[in-house]
Amino acid sequence: MITLYLSRDAASLALGADRVAAALLRDAATHGLDIQLIRTGTRGAVWLEPLLEVATPRGRVGYGQLRLADVPSILDAITGDGAHALNIGPVEAHPWFANQTRLTFARCGVIDPVSVADYEAHGGLAGLRRALELGSAAIVEEVKTSGLRGRGGAGFPTGIKWNTVRGAAADQKYIVCNADEGDSGTFADRMLMEGDPLCLIEGMAIAGIAVGATKGYVYIRSEYPHAVATMRAAIVAARRAGLLGHDILGSGIAYDMDVRVGAGAYICGEETSLLDSLEGKRGMVRAKPPLPALAGLFGKPTVVNNVLSLASVPWILAHGGKAYADYGQGRSLGTLPVQLAGNVKRGGLIEVPFGLSLRRLIEDWGHGTATGRKFRAVQVGGPLGGYFPDRLLDTALDYEAMAAAGGLLGHGGVVVFDDNVDLLAQARFAFEFCATESCGKCTPCRVGAVRGMEVIDKIAAGRDTDRNFSLLDDLCETMTDGSLCAMGGLTPVPVQTALRNFPEDFDRAGRKLAAD
Amino acid sequence: MQTAPATNEATPPGWDKARAHAIIDGMKATEGAALPMLHALQEAFGYVPHPAEAMMAEALNLSRAEIRGIISFYHDFRQAPAGRHVMKLCVAEACQSMGGPGVAERLLTRLGIGWGETTTDGSLTVEKVYCLGLCACAPAALLDDVPVGRLDDDTATLLAAEAAGGMT
Ligand SMILES: Cc1cc2nc3c(=O)[nH]c(=O)nc-3n(C[C@H](O)[C@H](O)[C@H](O)COP(=O)(O)O)c2cc1C
Ligand code: SF4
Ligand code: FES
Repeated sequence: MITLYLSRDAASLALGADRVAAALLRDAATHGLDIQLIRTGTRGAVWLEPLLEVATPRGRVGYGQLRLADVPSILDAITGDGAHALNIGPVEAHPWFANQTRLTFARCGVIDPVSVADYEAHGGLAGLRRALELGSAAIVEEVKTSGLRGRGGAGFPTGIKWNTVRGAAADQKYIVCNADEGDSGTFADRMLMEGDPLCLIEGMAIAGIAVGATKGYVYIRSEYPHAVATMRAAIVAARRAGLLGHDILGSGIAYDMDVRVGAGAYICGEETSLLDSLEGKRGMVRAKPPLPALAGLFGKPTVVNNVLSLASVPWILAHGGKAYADYGQGRSLGTLPVQLAGNVKRGGLIEVPFGLSLRRLIEDWGHGTATGRKFRAVQVGGPLGGYFPDRLLDTALDYEAMAAAGGLLGHGGVVVFDDNVDLLAQARFAFEFCATESCGKCTPCRVGAVRGMEVIDKIAAGRDTDRNFSLLDDLCETMTDGSLCAMGGLTPVPVQTALRNFPEDFDRAGRKLAAD
Repeated sequence: MQTAPATNEATPPGWDKARAHAIIDGMKATEGAALPMLHALQEAFGYVPHPAEAMMAEALNLSRAEIRGIISFYHDFRQAPAGRHVMKLCVAEACQSMGGPGVAERLLTRLGIGWGETTTDGSLTVEKVYCLGLCACAPAALLDDVPVGRLDDDTATLLAAEAAGGMT
């Protein structure tokens, strides 16, 4: 029997994986071939999907960018000597994968996402077992030692947050996983939930043991129906295997969790808005303090962590905080799952130690723009992140370096633009997005975003430009200083980096002169 | 002469009080029940019918205004039925870098509708979305629950035609 693997994550489906799967099964049946097709998550090479992998004595051999029409010849190849134009050789030896450091995403794309047996056979549950041996205080120490910082954007040290919740006395505490992943250009949370959901469950259970929380929620955005379905199936499988429930792995410790689905509001990714949403209210941002760690969900002490923060924990517990901290640089320790997207030839998820330069990412992994046109700009860190030109591409992907360059790392999204991009339009979009998604609680954000669009429109029309540029500056300053949360507070980042790094796009009057 | 069956102006399309009651009653004990309830109602009816608001308000011990406030806060919840199919088109940055908004605008023009509107045959509602997590195969769309990557004019037209042709 031949064992085949094909991803069923949403990006692979978007590129036709289900059609390829159906054709494979049909053609194999007509030719009497004995095949077993296992649907995995994706390894993250979205540019190679649909990527069919075949189990061979040399490891899994891949056939990438499959189209429906390729299926018959692929079946010939895998039953013959493997020769085929789409054969990329042993998948893990391909430089796109071999040059990564897969810790959090080690199993993603490799295993059957909802099989506990497969999960355990690939190193799963080692972290949870170690956590149960260590006990609460030592787990928190291990996470502190790892240097793990929140991957949701703010970069707050996870161990310190856990310690606060651990120290709070309450009859009920919660673990809330932020899977709202609203940042454009990011998909790592989705990929993990579709490809290795048990890893997130394990991480949340460890968090529960560490802080004394018996209940958890994964708040997933509604734009991710496949992640919701896989996550739910994995929770059922985990309960059946005794990883969740009254007595996890026979330890006598209780922890269980459920999935909650968002309803299309970007602001619900902000942790206090998310908590209000989970409580069944409008997702309004709460003033801090009190910290969610002390008064979070239903007023109870609550750990709110991003999917990637929680999914890094099983590795950290299994291998030790020190081993994790050996990766990365400065105060950015461990690995960063970068999401390379937009106008790039080879986009996808690339997990590397912190510190890779944007240039190496875009050139070595991305292989340049998808359109083949000249590179012009990159936006790092989602809709609230900065726009950078070629001369800033040597900036390293770590928290401090990105901040020093006037931007932010955010959730690790990197969106590439070719020379068709108009940075004035991008700046306008940043305001438009803020105006649409603002929770409306504070004036600088609610009113400022709308004003921002108007000012940019005037600049675009070449009207009263000096006055409008200074208005824009004032407006950005007011939003930065006067907003209650980072939605209004960081919207000036894309606007001001666009203006600073691409001033020529804002000089509409000059451009018009040049054209005349 | 045949007369159309009597319709009560106040009865929203597809309304089934017993069904709504079963949904609301079955979920009212859930922690933070409002969103799961609204999702379940929308799943059942295709939108959140008006009379369900009062029923929810009573079950959750909230005012009807509060329920309306929740519904209006979230982009997902509809107060009127959508078309038989819903296409979400991404217009966020990664899709912008690959011409997504242009594909979207041209499709809307061909269909003769605006964002959030439904084609006259009732087959398709087109909605704007900011990111589907398919940013490495942009531009992206979601037709009902089917993801579509590297969307271009031809594919967009084809999908709309399939929706109109009674695709299930
Ligand atoms: C407007 C806004 C949107 C946010 N969206 C997300 C999100 O989608 N996912 C996420 O994990 N964090 C998001 N955050 C950050 C959260 O508020 C919070 O810092 C995070 O969930 C904490 O988890 P971490 O420490 O593991 O990163 C957002 C913040 C703001 C201000
Ligand atoms: S900055 Fe914007 S999103 Fe944040 S609290 Fe104020 S109005 Fe709400
Ligand atoms: S930006 Fe369009 S799918 Fe993410």
